[in-house]
Amino acid sequence: MSQILDAYRGLKLRDRMSGAPGWVRKVGMLLVIAFAFYLPFLNILPFAYIRTDLTSSGSDWASVLFLVVVYMIVAVGLNVVIGFAGLLDLGYVGFYALGAYSVALFGSPSSPVVEAIQNRFGLDETWAVPFVMCIPIAIVMALIAGVTLGAPTLRLRGDYLAIVTLGFGEIIRITARNLDNVTNGATGISGVPVPPGPEIDGRSFFNTIDAERWYWLALSILILIIFLAFRLEHSRVGRAWLAIREDEDAAAIMGVAAFKFKLWAFAIGASVGGIAGLLFGSKQQYVEPNAFMVNLSFLFVAMVVIGGSGNIYGVLLGAFLLTYLPERFREFQEWRPFAFGVALVVVMILRPQGLVPSRRRAREFEDRKVEAEEAAADA
Amino acid sequence: MLLEMKDAVLSYGKIEALHGISLEVAEGEIVALIGANGAGKTSTMRGLSGVRGLASGSVVFDGEDVTKLRADQRLRKGLVLCPEGRGIFPGMTVTENLNMGAYTRKDKEAIEQDYERVFGLFPRLLERKKQVAGTMSGGEQQMLAIGRALMSRPKLLMLDEPSMGLAPMLIQQIFDIISEIAQQGTTILVVEQNAKQALSRADRAYVLETGHIVKSGTGVELLDDPTVREAYLGVA
Repeated sequence: MSQILDAYRGLKLRDRMSGAPGWVRKVGMLLVIAFAFYLPFLNILPFAYIRTDLTSSGSDWASVLFLVVVYMIVAVGLNVVIGFAGLLDLGYVGFYALGAYSVALFGSPSSPVVEAIQNRFGLDETWAVPFVMCIPIAIVMALIAGVTLGAPTLRLRGDYLAIVTLGFGEIIRITARNLDNVTNGATGISGVPVPPGPEIDGRSFFNTIDAERWYWLALSILILIIFLAFRLEHSRVGRAWLAIREDEDAAAIMGVAAFKFKLWAFAIGASVGGIAGLLFGSKQQYVEPNAFMVNLSFLFVAMVVIGGSGNIYGVLLGAFLLTYLPERFREFQEWRPFAFGVALVVVMILRPQGLVPSRRRAREFEDRKVEAEEAAADA
Repeated sequence: MLLEMKDAVLSYGKIEALHGISLEVAEGEIVALIGANGAGKTSTMRGLSGVRGLASGSVVFDGEDVTKLRADQRLRKGLVLCPEGRGIFPGMTVTENLNMGAYTRKDKEAIEQDYERVFGLFPRLLERKKQVAGTMSGGEQQMLAIGRALMSRPKLLMLDEPSMGLAPMLIQQIFDIISEIAQQGTTILVVEQNAKQALSRADRAYVLETGHIVKSGTGVELLDDPTVREAYLGVA
């Protein structure tokens, strides 16, 4: 029954979309983007009910939107690793933390690293690496971490890789907590720089009050990353990932250097995670190890899997639901983890391929099911 | 010799699957490797194609030692494996699967020619161009696997159990096509459980038993060999 519904709902909208002429799709896309930019000001009933600040205990609407978009960036990045290349990475929070810590360590005038540089070169106490320079630093740090983690571990398959990456995420957090003279340990680092911008009303453009500006910035970056991810999916590299995911041995037999492409997926995924972490750290203007607990890794994986591994629209939806819903229903406090657990189980039973599955992934699921049934019949 | 495997030992953990196998394939030949289930046929293929490294021994292809090369590097030299059973990409369409066969190639025009060649050999694939490979029948999947391997322009095409799970009529048809591919100038090494078909088509053949080569000779010789007849052809 559920499968019939899938076939009906999942495919219908998509077929209609891909059947529409090019300009209709473009206009539709622009409308969606325009609406996304307008969201912080949404105040028309009944749509305003989606806002999270309707009650006094609610969270700031624009800040929630910002977090949703940051996690969408995470989901798109993790989707490259899990969805495209088929590698289960349970330590993605490590790259996210690295991005946040990079901008904090090099950009904050009060970080031990910057202080060391100040002393070494006799620089002013307010000197720090400018924010714009922190972006490439964060990306490169995450990229290096991705390659360092990937090079020895990507020879492992499936569950083994998952366990090693799980350890990696924790190593990053524990190192950040214990390396007192580099990261300030559990105290964390304050004074994380914000992006440059014109001063308005005596405040810098990106400040702690006007969260919608952060949201717009993150949204712009998200759109760019989505665009790049689509290009990547349909490139030669994307085809290699697809082949590896479907059958690694067969891919190797067809001349795909599997290890190289898996490492690429890891590195690209890592740097996108780094960018998301950078945005998060910069908006908080404060970075501490407890913000990067291992449960965040699970949340990230859940976004990808629930949304529809391998489908960019799917993982965006997954990130939205898992970030937005808990914020919207804050008044149910302690019931939220329970609801999350139930929702996860329900989705895995009814739609194991995710809410908006990738067609290919759905087919791979079918194929594996048939294989398992044949194996069971043989035995 | 186009391909030479010497004293190849291949193991899975502590279990040794091949205990020192030596075989040769000359250019233009059809060579068959026959044996029962678990004799080490697929392991031999894995060792030759580089999917699994050898514990000891060597593989020389086209005058070059490829023992240390990975599978994708061996493919670039022209040593191509067509894997058994479901070795195709199930989520890709027929065309996408064939595209993967030409993954390492950049010569667009020659690729076009090879498409026509493959569709000429397997008109069925042309009809099913846009079908998802995982939804096709076993015979069609086998044709696709062979077609995909041809797309990488092999010097030596290694076929792992092309007849597995196919109806007798289809087996006949697949072997006709293999002979045709050989006539078009591709050297072939075929691993088979269906000894009768394989031996009647092969110039030479090896008999594999529990990781050892126990017999070799021309196809006709082995077809007439009493022990082979008894063990593999079901005639006393």
